[in-house]
Amino acid sequence: MSSIPHGNVPAYLNPDSIRRGLSRRKTLDQVFVLVGLILMLACLGILAVLFLDLVIDGSQRFGWDFFTNFPSRRAERAGILGAWVGTSLIMLVTAFCAVPVGVAAAIYLEEYAPKNWFTAIIEINVTNLAGVPSIVYGLLALGLFVYQFGLGQSIAAAGLTLALLILPIVIVATRESIRAVPKSIREAAYGLGATRWEVTKDHVLPYSTGGILTGMILGLSRAIGETAPIITIGALSFIAFLPSSPFTSEFPFISFQWLNDPFTAMPIQMFNWVSRPDQAFQANAAAAGAILLAMTLLMNAVAIWIRYRFRKKINW
Amino acid sequence: MDPLPLPQKDQLVTAMETTAKPGTAKSGGGAPIQETALRNEEPARSSQSSVGPATPRVAIAVDDTRQARAITSVKAQVENLNFYYGQNRALKNLSIPIADKQVTALIGPSGCGKSTFLRCFNRMHDLQPDTRYEGSITLHPDNLNLVGSGIDPIEVRMRIGMVFQKPNPFPKTIFENVAYGLRLRGVRSRATLAEEVEKALRGAALWDEVKDRLQDSALALSGGQMQRLCIARALATKPEILLFDEPTSALDPIATAKIEELISTLRDQVTVLIVTHNMQQAARVSDYTAFMYLGELIEFDEAAKIFTNPSKKATEDYITGRYG
Repeated sequence: MSSIPHGNVPAYLNPDSIRRGLSRRKTLDQVFVLVGLILMLACLGILAVLFLDLVIDGSQRFGWDFFTNFPSRRAERAGILGAWVGTSLIMLVTAFCAVPVGVAAAIYLEEYAPKNWFTAIIEINVTNLAGVPSIVYGLLALGLFVYQFGLGQSIAAAGLTLALLILPIVIVATRESIRAVPKSIREAAYGLGATRWEVTKDHVLPYSTGGILTGMILGLSRAIGETAPIITIGALSFIAFLPSSPFTSEFPFISFQWLNDPFTAMPIQMFNWVSRPDQAFQANAAAAGAILLAMTLLMNAVAIWIRYRFRKKINW
Repeated sequence: MDPLPLPQKDQLVTAMETTAKPGTAKSGGGAPIQETALRNEEPARSSQSSVGPATPRVAIAVDDTRQARAITSVKAQVENLNFYYGQNRALKNLSIPIADKQVTALIGPSGCGKSTFLRCFNRMHDLQPDTRYEGSITLHPDNLNLVGSGIDPIEVRMRIGMVFQKPNPFPKTIFENVAYGLRLRGVRSRATLAEEVEKALRGAALWDEVKDRLQDSALALSGGQMQRLCIARALATKPEILLFDEPTSALDPIATAKIEELISTLRDQVTVLIVTHNMQQAARVSDYTAFMYLGELIEFDEAAKIFTNPSKKATEDYITGRYG
């Protein structure tokens, strides 16, 4: 039993059977590639068809006027000025609230928090929060922001609501990119006598910026399409004025009055047009949908570009 | 007073038996003899450490070729050091002197605690929860106990530099890598930074290779250059002791030779403590060598003595490649 003579190998080691088995395994390999390709193209195809359908349906509405007109009773004169301004301002508030809080929470959980049952509970909760239906956030915001804090049906309330909604996404993405910074880099900095905060601000944060920005944009892409929570807190569906300007002619030249103004948003405007009996408004809804989809795709493209830029600069 | 617990002894014997190479094993059955040797040396070592570890060692090494390097001044004195990961006692009653401006090597098989021991010197263990030191590492001349509970680990790390196993430059420019330690110490002046960075890079024998590209990313360097950059980064803040944790294990032989040469020249400016797997490396670069096994110090002596005429059987077996 020391060495097997060449003519006496078991059947499964015979070169012929190896070749036969190999060709069968390679066929399976190709079948898997084919199935994967078909499924992926099907997904992309459905998205492309949806997008094209929206573009075709809304084709006669695209134009400068569509962006600069307020809603109107006549479909061909109705535009999305109030909606896109409102959506942009809400996104601004959301980003300003969710990103600092989310990044700080992630840093605390990854770099500072002791590993015990308490932080374990927090971690599980953060992950679970990402799965809470958005309408629940809407109800929470209605009770808390709109009535309890007296923010009313304002841009501030909507921005805070969506910030709550995307906070778990920002936290999870930030934690993952912080975790990707190798332990050896932290040790190098600690070894030179850096404090925990110095290690975080000089090394961990700069090296994980790409991932953090990606998480932020993915969160905002989710928030931009959310309808349920902002309907719940009471967005207007017909609005014929813009929020007050953030820039004023007298000192101090900056005003935050717009935070308290009522608003509408892209998905609300769409929803409103879709639910009208007049067929002409369906074209408006389709055009607004195409624009909203384009905004989301654009944000994702920016996220991919940022990630690519930062990955290229730092490879471990 | 601290006999080997039974399971450990078994482990020791098994380890020796299984790793003993058939060609080198003695005909009379090596294992029982080795076991006895290890058991016998235990009380001897304890009594030595109670007398004071430094004095008898120096006396032994008088007639050696490297006698000029006998310990004349001690940079740090390790006294009955114990280290615990939770309940697990990883280091057991270590006591050795670290000679000033000399190279001390720590050798021993994997898992013997040599890296653990090294990391006590700059309190790297404090970054992990549930770790505990007992005993003392007294840094001279100001008699600071490095592992004392009242001592800030950050102060310790600012005085004791470290070079790691895998080169770990920051993904910043070459200049910023070396300047980082100085920036942490509040140096703002551009002129001072430039001067000190150049000095450190020269000290690490890297200046000529990188002087024209200080603003390039450190990640563009080769592995050996990265490791010398890490040495420069540690040297820039003029540490009192420089710790090397297997600094060449990720490098090719040529880069290794350069690092070894560098460590030999560093001897004049800084006290060096190096952990290495490579016996030849320890023999080449070190003035003093400590052999550790299962968290204990088996033998500490002049390198020349350890590698030519060790006094413990276990040391000889390890050095001649019988196990480990």
